[in-house]
Amino acid sequence: MIDFELSEPTKNLRSMVHGVAESVMRPVSRRYDEEEHTIPWEFIDTMWQASRGSDAALLARKSDDGDGRPQERALQLAVSIEELSWGDAGIYLCMAGPGLGGAAVAAAGTPEQKKRFLARFREGKPKWAGMAITEPQCGSDSSAIQTTAMRDGDQWVLNGTKIFCTAGHKALLDSDGFVVVWATLDRSKGRAGIKAFVVEHGTPGISVAKLEKKLGIRASDTAMLILEDCRVPLDNVLGSADVPKTSEGFKGVMATFDATRPAVAASAIGIGRAAIDFLREAFDREGMPIRYGIAPAKLAAYERDFMEMETQLEAARLLTWRAAWMLDGGQRNNLEASMAKAKAGLAVTQITQKAVEMLGPLGYSRATLAEKWMRDAKINDIFEGTQQINMLIVARRILGYSSKELT
Amino acid sequence: MVSFDLSDDQKLLRDTIAAFAAGELRPLAHDADEAARIPDVVVAKAWELGLVQSAIPEAYGGFGDDRSAISGAIAAEELAYGDLAFALHVLAPRLLVYPLLDHGTDEQKQRWLPEFTGAAFRPATAAVVEPSMHFDLSALATTARADGGDWVLSGRKAFVPLGGSAEAILVYARRAGADGSADPLDGYRAVEAFLIDRSQAGVELRGPEKNMGVNALETYELALKDVRVPDTARLGGEGSIDFARLMNRSRIALGSLAVGVARAAYDYAREYAKERKAFGVAIAQKQAIAFLLAEMAIEIDAARLLVWQAGWKIDRGEEATRESYLAKNYAASMALKVADNAVQVLGGHGYIRDHPVELWLRNARGFSSFEGMAIV
Repeated sequence: MIDFELSEPTKNLRSMVHGVAESVMRPVSRRYDEEEHTIPWEFIDTMWQASRGSDAALLARKSDDGDGRPQERALQLAVSIEELSWGDAGIYLCMAGPGLGGAAVAAAGTPEQKKRFLARFREGKPKWAGMAITEPQCGSDSSAIQTTAMRDGDQWVLNGTKIFCTAGHKALLDSDGFVVVWATLDRSKGRAGIKAFVVEHGTPGISVAKLEKKLGIRASDTAMLILEDCRVPLDNVLGSADVPKTSEGFKGVMATFDATRPAVAASAIGIGRAAIDFLREAFDREGMPIRYGIAPAKLAAYERDFMEMETQLEAARLLTWRAAWMLDGGQRNNLEASMAKAKAGLAVTQITQKAVEMLGPLGYSRATLAEKWMRDAKINDIFEGTQQINMLIVARRILGYSSKELT
Repeated sequence: MVSFDLSDDQKLLRDTIAAFAAGELRPLAHDADEAARIPDVVVAKAWELGLVQSAIPEAYGGFGDDRSAISGAIAAEELAYGDLAFALHVLAPRLLVYPLLDHGTDEQKQRWLPEFTGAAFRPATAAVVEPSMHFDLSALATTARADGGDWVLSGRKAFVPLGGSAEAILVYARRAGADGSADPLDGYRAVEAFLIDRSQAGVELRGPEKNMGVNALETYELALKDVRVPDTARLGGEGSIDFARLMNRSRIALGSLAVGVARAAYDYAREYAKERKAFGVAIAQKQAIAFLLAEMAIEIDAARLLVWQAGWKIDRGEEATRESYLAKNYAASMALKVADNAVQVLGGHGYIRDHPVELWLRNARGFSSFEGMAIV
């Protein structure tokens, strides 16, 4: 039965998380934007204490680590992330937990690896796990990775440069975390040669070369990592070390994104909702009604714009919930996850840009958060697959084309 | 608990109507549009689907099935996937039957509902739209003036489906003297509905109208010149109708029909793009075309979910003006954009009437003007 009502536990979770977003995140939102790369430890510690018990493989569809999966797990995550990002997207991204690196382990790791790498997220101090794919010369085309992995006895030796690794600094230097590094065993094999390697904190040969200064989400660390003869144990390669003839392994890791894209879409939606809520309050204050039900041709320009914004947001949320719901039901959601991400990333980029415009000087001023939301929003149209990559995935799926047939 | 699954009944409904739309409606759509006429035989077959009878209680001879806005949305989308003009035609009797179910007095129900439970299609309709650029559901120009226990109706209506054959017409008019306020819902509250007979004094039906699209649907203009009706012709008994809610139900139907038209155009364009070669490959293998198609697919799903969410609120008995209004408007613009993209994907061939995409573009354009022309 079609139902758009969240379950009671999910509603409770939402209102609890919203409370945190409103009372803890919002008051410090501007501060961590202006003091770029300052780590909001207080928030991190509080949230770690509150959420540590939750499953490390939260994001992972293929998780089979024994815990029964609650029915609305991915949906609950989407709902929580929307609230947290309504509070502050940059600070949300600082939260400790398995993150993208953990999601990759859950998607591509063996049961033993899942246990070995994910157990830490249930105990001790806050920890992070980053995902290092992008390189200076390759972003969306992950198959063009230049970072190499060579076997030397009972170790892998990694060499290369990785950029745009979210929480890379926190994973390697601020906690007992790890980074999942994608590298090729054999460049001539293309995608089939690419494997993911877990590099633990404290491993010699990996260094954080710099933290990027960004348009938005400034609280979040975006690290450049340099690997120079970085040695990791043989069994740190996720899944099998065989170079198969097909690119199944690569696809397996790419499947991580089916789980993370709805989460990114949800973050976008949270930022968009912040902007819309702010705008609605401004209209209320100014005595500018939004008249639902009158002939559309009679709407004032501000009403039409506002309605367009809220409908776009709602559409993005429904697509996101659908992708999460499919994940919860164990259905393949590659198409739907990309649809949600493409829609939410673009819609919220446009919503927040429009909000700045509609607020006039008030929107452009750093005295309000509108301009920050616009800067924060843009990342969602870029990371975890750009708008264009997600459109490409949608196009391939609806047309039944392989990546060779539609390049 | 959130779910995007249809019930088994809804799946059956969808599959049944989809098969009917593909087998019976689509093959006739082109010729029906050119001839501006829908063959009676198809209408008779559609009647057998029970689209109108199903929601009528058994006491009046109907099937007594539950009426759900979401199920109505599913049916409307599938019918429009076949052809919009056919869909509006075969659904038209609901325009009278559904408001009667919601707001009719026992006497009115007794009088009218059994008429719609027979073996043959029974035309009926409602008059909502007005022929003016100022047309606004929250400020209808057609008025109903109370006069010694009777009502006197005056004004002009347009886009009255089946206006040439429907004996009974449900006319929506604003109570004279109930002027507008800042709140559009006040404008809705001022509306009454009257069952009138086409042969009544002062009722003049002119048509069929010639419109840009849905040519096969016979629509009429209706002039009301001081049409006097007794209070027993008014729906709502002691109270009034809930016009806002009826129009929300209409928006669900129209939004779903728009989704159906869009999906038809998208499917056709997608298959064409996979066949058509240019520069040595299928044009669908070019990102310029592939991304258009991807956007169409996303927008269709987005609009459908918005419409369903609004329908879901209606089914729960909640106020859904905002959701229905936004969803219908979104679906209307979406359908136009998708149909336009479909024409673009076919290029010059899309402009030629041998292909159906130009018909879908003309039909899709109508949704910004259509109000109250279908209901769930």
